[in-house]
Amino acid sequence: MLLAIIANRIAMALLTLAGVAVVVFVLLRVVPGDPIAMMISPGAGPADIAALKAHYGLDAPLLTQFWIWITGVVTGDFGTSITLHLYVTEVLASRLPATVELAILALLVAVLLGGTIAVAGTLMRRTAGETVIDGLNSIMLAVPDFIWALALVLLFAVAIPVLPLSGRIDPELAEGFSTKFYLAESVLTGRFAVAGNIITHMAMPTVALALPLAAVIVRLLKQSLKEAMVQDYVLLARIKGFRELHLVLQEALRNAVGPTLALTGVQFTFLIGGTVIVERIFSYPGIGNLAIDAVINRDFPLIQGLVLLFGLIFILINIGVDFAVATLNPRLRHA
Amino acid sequence: MTRPRLSIETLSAISLRDGNRPILRRVSLAVDTGEVHGLVGESGAGKSTIAKAILGIVPSQVKITAGRIDFEGRDLLSLSARELREILGRDIALIPQDPSTALNPARRIDAQMTDGLRLKRNLLASEARRRARALLEEVQIRDPDRVLHSYPHQLSGGMRQRVLIAAAFGLEPKLVIADEPTTALDVTVQKQILRLIRSLQERHGTSVLFVSHDLGVVAKICDRVTVLYMGKVVEQGTTADVLNAPRHAYTKALLAANPRYDRPDTGLEPTPPEVIAALHAEIAAFDASVMGSRDG
Amino acid sequence: MEHWSPTSTTATADTSPQQPSVAVRLARDPKVVFAGGFILLLIVVAIAAPLVAPQDPLAQNLLMATVPPVGFADAEPGFLLGTDGLGRDVLSRVIFGTRISLTVAFVAAGLACLIGSLLGLLAGYLGNLVDTMISRLVDIWMAFPPVLLSILLVAILGTGLHSVIAAIVVIDWTRFCRVVRTETRGQAQMDYVVAARTIGFSRPAILFREILPNVVPVLIALLTLEMGIAVVVEAILSFVGLSVSSDTPTWGGMIAEGRQIVHEAWWVLAVPLAALFATVVAFNQLGDGLARSLDPVLRR
Repeated sequence: MLLAIIANRIAMALLTLAGVAVVVFVLLRVVPGDPIAMMISPGAGPADIAALKAHYGLDAPLLTQFWIWITGVVTGDFGTSITLHLYVTEVLASRLPATVELAILALLVAVLLGGTIAVAGTLMRRTAGETVIDGLNSIMLAVPDFIWALALVLLFAVAIPVLPLSGRIDPELAEGFSTKFYLAESVLTGRFAVAGNIITHMAMPTVALALPLAAVIVRLLKQSLKEAMVQDYVLLARIKGFRELHLVLQEALRNAVGPTLALTGVQFTFLIGGTVIVERIFSYPGIGNLAIDAVINRDFPLIQGLVLLFGLIFILINIGVDFAVATLNPRLRHA
Repeated sequence: MTRPRLSIETLSAISLRDGNRPILRRVSLAVDTGEVHGLVGESGAGKSTIAKAILGIVPSQVKITAGRIDFEGRDLLSLSARELREILGRDIALIPQDPSTALNPARRIDAQMTDGLRLKRNLLASEARRRARALLEEVQIRDPDRVLHSYPHQLSGGMRQRVLIAAAFGLEPKLVIADEPTTALDVTVQKQILRLIRSLQERHGTSVLFVSHDLGVVAKICDRVTVLYMGKVVEQGTTADVLNAPRHAYTKALLAANPRYDRPDTGLEPTPPEVIAALHAEIAAFDASVMGSRDG
Repeated sequence: MEHWSPTSTTATADTSPQQPSVAVRLARDPKVVFAGGFILLLIVVAIAAPLVAPQDPLAQNLLMATVPPVGFADAEPGFLLGTDGLGRDVLSRVIFGTRISLTVAFVAAGLACLIGSLLGLLAGYLGNLVDTMISRLVDIWMAFPPVLLSILLVAILGTGLHSVIAAIVVIDWTRFCRVVRTETRGQAQMDYVVAARTIGFSRPAILFREILPNVVPVLIALLTLEMGIAVVVEAILSFVGLSVSSDTPTWGGMIAEGRQIVHEAWWVLAVPLAALFATVVAFNQLGDGLARSLDPVLRR
């Protein structure tokens, strides 16, 4: 049963990816503005331009270009980046870990922060405290990560200069890593000072990305918790003598996470989309920052690779969320 | 004469939302150790308010204006939240009305049965589980391990009610409040459940306050009965007395409304209007006397 | 066992109060009043920018570069909120920046609303194949990360206000489409629509005369929210350098410059950021307030 649903989802996903790939491919080539123009030195003649075009295979008819690219993709060859002169797969592999760490850290922060405030709001329900939380959260819901990022820059880089403004790690500490997952590796190998340094670099972008997601979690989780708290089973547990906090965490929470989980998954994809601009603001070397450069420089192979990568990430997240929600519901597991 | 386990003394309450309409009118009743006491009344008579007052879960729109609830020498109404929490679960337990909503759908039965035991009796997880298993056997569940491992939606209504009964008695409380425990069940299951409650109660020596709208059900397992109408006690006594020699017209009407197999030509008669009118007059007089004593 | 009791029935005549008019309901909601008032103020400022702004927003004065706002040391009168790296007055530039932001907000969100609603109405009412096609399209469309897509589109279409607006429309129409489709489907199954069909109203007539008015309140609320989003997208695009030419003052452009010189002249970042923050929150709260106030009134 569950397997059938997942197989269906994967099929839909692949179809969507294929559609996305085609659209981007065509769009890039059909519309004005080409990478060659960005690369040539002044004084280059038409012969040079033609040679460059041929070199990158941009002179072939559209269908041929697409065929070459698609067959390459299926075998794992995404072409070569026009601006970086490296294999697209290499470029993506070297930049993806940074974004993965950032996104996951932001997700954790959002869940912890949002969850705690939602629980607090539930404990304070029908008091002035809850009204305050609702009011503040209402404003938080309106503000995008872009604004938070810049506000944090003003606060912690200028007003109270305690955090670094750019990059992922102090350059002198960037040696001696075998993977590109700097944070995970430094923690797992016990190099906590290095990990601490990485965290100071990641702090602001993480918070900027986490806050909008946390606000969404607060609104939905608090609502679900409050609905659960008036159920009979909570009343019975209260009569058994359990304290309010215990009731919220032990009885209400597991009934409240379902809808919150689904929405969090969707919002997480927005968070990933937000890395594009947040990484730019903090010069953080992930795929978001890379994407902006690729687009400005019209680096077709890189853009195509990035779009497919983002698409794939979104689809994986959606499938993961569907799976998690289905697993969490006891009625579906033990029908 | 030993002190009763639970003694409700002149408990009065009003509804704040309804213009201070009285909900309970100086209700007094006592439940002795080992006694099963029936609290009978129609919907809105105030029986659930009494139960909630004992458990400390009276809704915010109801205000208790007078009286005390004496349990083991302490007035439950005057206890702090923390003190009440200690008593609840350990000394007082509840068998709820609707077994389909009283169990957490997202937790397994063993978790829901053992958490109270571990909290109140300080048992280890393994001890608590053994005890839960023994309890399920006591309520005649034949497959206790399977039930313990199940989620509520996998059990029938009757099974769930047995689980709730087991959980209530499992803590060896001094008082169990049974809130219309058979209302949501099939008639065939009702008798079994009633017998179960009675046998458990006898074995553990627990006092039971049995709340119901059905005098027939109450008659089957209660030692003494209190009849409530619009928040006022209209009849009180041993079951035998109340059933065979009722003093109040309302009780008589209630009895007449219950079809009884040994008297096939009776039953299903609504309360005569003159009885109702008399009751209202009685209550109006009562209210007036209360007001008078307050002003005077 | 029921019984009739004369004293216990609280007989009340059916005195449900008349619903106050839409305008009155709106005027009573603090969110609508304050947020709406702020937006109106912005509109006025945008239109009257040349009159309101103290300085010429394009006038460079390298002798007056990076002057702090009034109240800090080395401030200059006449430059209330300081100057940027080229000596241009920050306040005036922010005031003129409202023109771009609001234009994009209204035009882009409006167009997205139009296109999305139309497709949503069709999908929801006609159902079947049309619905499936449009819904699939929306699903695929929404698989793109929005920011990336907008940057991609503008990079392709070239810089300029028209591209920014086009990019926003292309991305956001799906939101309107989804909401309107759901609303329409719900409405289409209601009794009054079935009744209209049996009487013989044509499909387009039903669509526009019966269903649309009930969809409008949800739409207005969403439109307001989308305007806020459009303002942010424009700011992001000008931040990345893909909006209008760098001479025309935009909040995003100012923010980009401010980010570069944040250690020397923090106000160049702070002022437009504050303006952006206030505007986004205002649109959001207005949308919230409208959703609440309009909903119960217009729904039959």
